[in-house]
Amino acid sequence: MLTFLGKRLLQLIPTLFFVSVMIFLLQHLLPGDPALAMAGEERDPAVIAQIRAQYRLDQPLPVQYIAWISGVLHGDLGESMRMKESVLDLVLQKLPVTAQLAAMAIVISLTIGISTGVLTAVKKDTIWDYAGSVFALWGRSVPSFWLGIMMIVLFAVKLDWLPASGYVSPWEDFWQSMASTIMPAFVLGNVSAAVMMRHTRSAMLDALGSDYVRTARAKGLSERSVILKHAMRNALTPVITLGALELGAFLSGAVLTEQIFSIPGFGKLIVDSVFNRDYAVVQGVVLVTATVYITLNLIADVLYVLVNPRLRA
Amino acid sequence: MADVAFDAALAPDTATVESPARRALRRLVRRKGAMLGLAIIALFVAAAVLAPLIAPYDPAAQAWTAVRKAPSWAHWFGTDEVGRDMLSRVIFGARASLLAGVISVCIALGIGVPLGLTAGYVGGFVDALLSRLTDAMLACPYLILAIALAAFLGPSLGDAMIAIGVATTPIFLRLTRGQVMAVKVEDYVEAARAVGNPGWRIALVHILPNILPPLAVQASLSIAAAIIAEASLSFLGLGEQPPDPSWGSMLNAAQRFMSNAPWMALWPGLAIFITVMSFNLLGDGLRDALDPRER
Repeated sequence: MLTFLGKRLLQLIPTLFFVSVMIFLLQHLLPGDPALAMAGEERDPAVIAQIRAQYRLDQPLPVQYIAWISGVLHGDLGESMRMKESVLDLVLQKLPVTAQLAAMAIVISLTIGISTGVLTAVKKDTIWDYAGSVFALWGRSVPSFWLGIMMIVLFAVKLDWLPASGYVSPWEDFWQSMASTIMPAFVLGNVSAAVMMRHTRSAMLDALGSDYVRTARAKGLSERSVILKHAMRNALTPVITLGALELGAFLSGAVLTEQIFSIPGFGKLIVDSVFNRDYAVVQGVVLVTATVYITLNLIADVLYVLVNPRLRA
Repeated sequence: MADVAFDAALAPDTATVESPARRALRRLVRRKGAMLGLAIIALFVAAAVLAPLIAPYDPAAQAWTAVRKAPSWAHWFGTDEVGRDMLSRVIFGARASLLAGVISVCIALGIGVPLGLTAGYVGGFVDALLSRLTDAMLACPYLILAIALAAFLGPSLGDAMIAIGVATTPIFLRLTRGQVMAVKVEDYVEAARAVGNPGWRIALVHILPNILPPLAVQASLSIAAAIIAEASLSFLGLGEQPPDPSWGSMLNAAQRFMSNAPWMALWPGLAIFITVMSFNLLGDGLRDALDPRER
């Protein structure tokens, strides 16, 4: 297990190196001069020269990269031009908000995905199974931002059950916080629920056709016990690891969801910084996102090996 | 006598032999979901092409006397915040969405397939380098990568298509590489190598045609994802710019009028949903039809 973990950690180094190079080059190789963008409307040559010197834009690309990456490795992601704050501080302020949304979304997605997945596998080729297929297709096809808008129209505007937008921290008012995040969490978890459902159904069908389930039935165990104790326990191990991967996908989904529900999280930070042409924030946020994503991939791999003893050899 | 028996035994088989493409087409036609998806896609393509002929109004024409009017006989889908006909805008909006879906996937195919062929066939350092680059790109969530690229390229439909295409490229690169690795050890590739074919010819003439089916399935599913991505970028203001209609930018405008004009959000969203669902249905059908285990 330790060898496996060591190998996987070593593989991360080149991936993270390439990610950092790619993010660094995004700003430098694409059209548009960052110094001109930072100088604003007036474009005073003295200001432009000062910006070039301040951000080392007048130096060769490898020198700029080394300066940037050594800063990153020391926890310095740069400074936001607009907000005049450290990018790392901004990320640390916004990340807990998105983490709360992602945690709620994963609970929603696991609950809906696993229950419908088990149901459709047990009731294969019945109306329940067909309804499950329609649900999976719906989840994959519905644009999350449209679903968000429609939910606001129904639950906030028409029925007046939930707030249309805004965010309340759970430390301030727990129930108000739940009310303000339940709709965005559902929107975020909806796509993932469909993915979970497909995987659960397929894993359950494999488990239900296996020898140990046949043996359990032959012993005269009740169908409920066969499904819950024998088939489901084995079928759910790959699905749980899939949950770790889906958490990474929520970072992407949060961009739109937070925009619709005006939630001041990580996703809104990236969109705002894109419009403010705040390149340091864009670079910092993409780098943090990629690192979180890679780490979640690693956790998913390790979990998979941990719960599957056959892979440990 | 023995020859006659041999011919008779062969006759029924040779009569029923059909090409893999024909067999896949026959299986695809049998799948109702895929056919429904294809029919809807054809309908949307026809609407996009014939938009100037079938749209009841000019999609950019503003009418201050008909601002935010609910659906009626005059305006089937209602009107928007400056009195533009929603039905005409949804019809014209199909152009941006379908174009973005197809072109960005063509960009991804155009870059990803040659690089994947090279990585899979050449192997060694080239493969290691391209694989790490693919890992790095796949490590950035798809939409965030597309947003970052669109941000640096600038907000326009063309740049959004490039951003989505580049963000989709690693999927095709990895798929092509994997397929090439599996196919290049087949006997017919070995035979082509043995008779002295150059590497590029083996890759293009002998390997590429045999890895097209999985690429076609992925292309269909990727068009669906690209349509959502274009709508997302336009929704964020990074895609098609006003006053040109696009489903995503129409939803962006609709956000401000959710309480008094919900139809502004209903129709463009429904159009995205139906189009994406159709490409997903077609992709699923293609995958099943091309799966050799399915009979």
